[in-house]
Amino acid sequence: MLDWIQSLGHTGLSRLAAFGRAGQLLVQALVAKPAPVMMFPLLVKQLYFVGVLSLIIIVVSGAFIGMVLGLQGYTILVDYGSEQAVGQMVALSLVRELAPVVTALLFAGRAGSALTAEIGLMKATEQLASFEMIGVDPLRRIIAPRFWAGFISMPILTVIFSVVGVWGGAIVAVEWLGIYDGSFWANMQQAVDFREDVLNGVIKSIVFGFVVTWIAVFEGYDCVPTSEGISQATTRTVVFSSLAVLGLDFILTALMFGEL
Amino acid sequence: MDSLSDTIIDIRGLTFRRGSRTIFDDISLQVPRGKVTAIMGPSGTGKTTLLKLIGGQLKPDAGQILLDNDNIPTLSRSELFIARERMGMLFQSGALFTDMTVFENVAYPIRVHTDLADDMIRDIVLMKLQAVGLRGAAALMPSELSGGMARRVALARAIALDPDIVMYDEPFTGQDPIAMGVLVNLIRRLNQALGHTSIIVSHDITETLGIADYVYVIADGRVIAQGTPQELADVDSDKVRQFMQGLPDGPVPFHYPAADYLQELLKEAQ
Repeated sequence: MLDWIQSLGHTGLSRLAAFGRAGQLLVQALVAKPAPVMMFPLLVKQLYFVGVLSLIIIVVSGAFIGMVLGLQGYTILVDYGSEQAVGQMVALSLVRELAPVVTALLFAGRAGSALTAEIGLMKATEQLASFEMIGVDPLRRIIAPRFWAGFISMPILTVIFSVVGVWGGAIVAVEWLGIYDGSFWANMQQAVDFREDVLNGVIKSIVFGFVVTWIAVFEGYDCVPTSEGISQATTRTVVFSSLAVLGLDFILTALMFGEL
Repeated sequence: MDSLSDTIIDIRGLTFRRGSRTIFDDISLQVPRGKVTAIMGPSGTGKTTLLKLIGGQLKPDAGQILLDNDNIPTLSRSELFIARERMGMLFQSGALFTDMTVFENVAYPIRVHTDLADDMIRDIVLMKLQAVGLRGAAALMPSELSGGMARRVALARAIALDPDIVMYDEPFTGQDPIAMGVLVNLIRRLNQALGHTSIIVSHDITETLGIADYVYVIADGRVIAQGTPQELADVDSDKVRQFMQGLPDGPVPFHYPAADYLQELLKEAQ
């Protein structure tokens, strides 16, 4: 029993210490004086790796989720004779919830894990130490561009996810199930509010982008530089960011739509 | 080491612990300016750790590490990066940047710390690569190099800015005999030609003693012997003699501490 309490206390303390180090990393990497001339090419390169290369998985997932939503929405709504509202249902579910959350989860699996593994391997092969000895701060050279790339990519990927999802829903509902396209689009246009729905969804994705990328770069930078340490850090990135996204989604939804 | 001005790095009362293990226990040593100083000792005595302490990548639990007048452990993050511009380090693994070509790896420190024109940088990089015999490999990526070649590129990068101090972490490990000879000569020649200070951490006795001006032998967290290579040959200590002559067993045991061999085997059988 005493051992159990002791190990609980130890785990709690080490988590707290890790959280402190993560905060330090964030401050040092971001508040540190930026060098835009050096930073820009690095940022563009990372935007490509983190953002552009995530496009395929985002587009394909968005299309399928939109199609499923169209199909499910139709089968439920047709019982009440209100299948014309399927456009509204697809669009609202996507922009408010599914696009930010699913994009963040996919992003954590696709880009977050890659960031952690890459930075972890750089640590294991002494590349980070090498930057330090050359007199270049690895936080600025390695961590900052990756962090900003993730932060910028996430909202854009989320918007793309929404657009492709709505298109997928339209294909199923209009082209396949034969709903009149005028009412499909008109209902959607009427029901979706730019500030209330679209903007709130984008704000969610900005928060998720910040948290997921922060977890990913921190886990890489803080990992034990061995094969086992890197694999554990990569797993932690995916698990922690998924949990953080789902938990934060609830809090943000309560704040935005729960009229708290 | 006659006067203080001849000392570039002065380590005083250095203590460093990793968890409950004491790596260095109140050691002091001086690195003479413009000379080749070797730090030797059995594996696991913290030789690489000492280089990381000098480079400020680790902080000691007690003691001073003076680089001229700067005490490395008390420097701020930005002051430390300025101090490191005076140091070059050759890592054990080479630690080349895997996303850059050989040329870009060597050019990187020059691009970061100087405003030289591109054609000037190109000339410097080619000169450094020529010195390590790898000018022809300039366009290759690090993944296309053998371990020994990667180490030589890393050496070219470490001397790219002609630093005051070059630290070599096990430079001879994994080199074939020809490359080893080239490296030994190169380190000596560079030291003479550029007048910088070299610190070599190694347990390759013959090669290191061949080029070192002064040697420290570290074991069990202390300096157990020091002097010129000739002086060390005459030291009357079992530990030093065991290490210098490469005897398998002696004061430094071959076996990691364990229970009695026979008893452990019998216990297994029961």
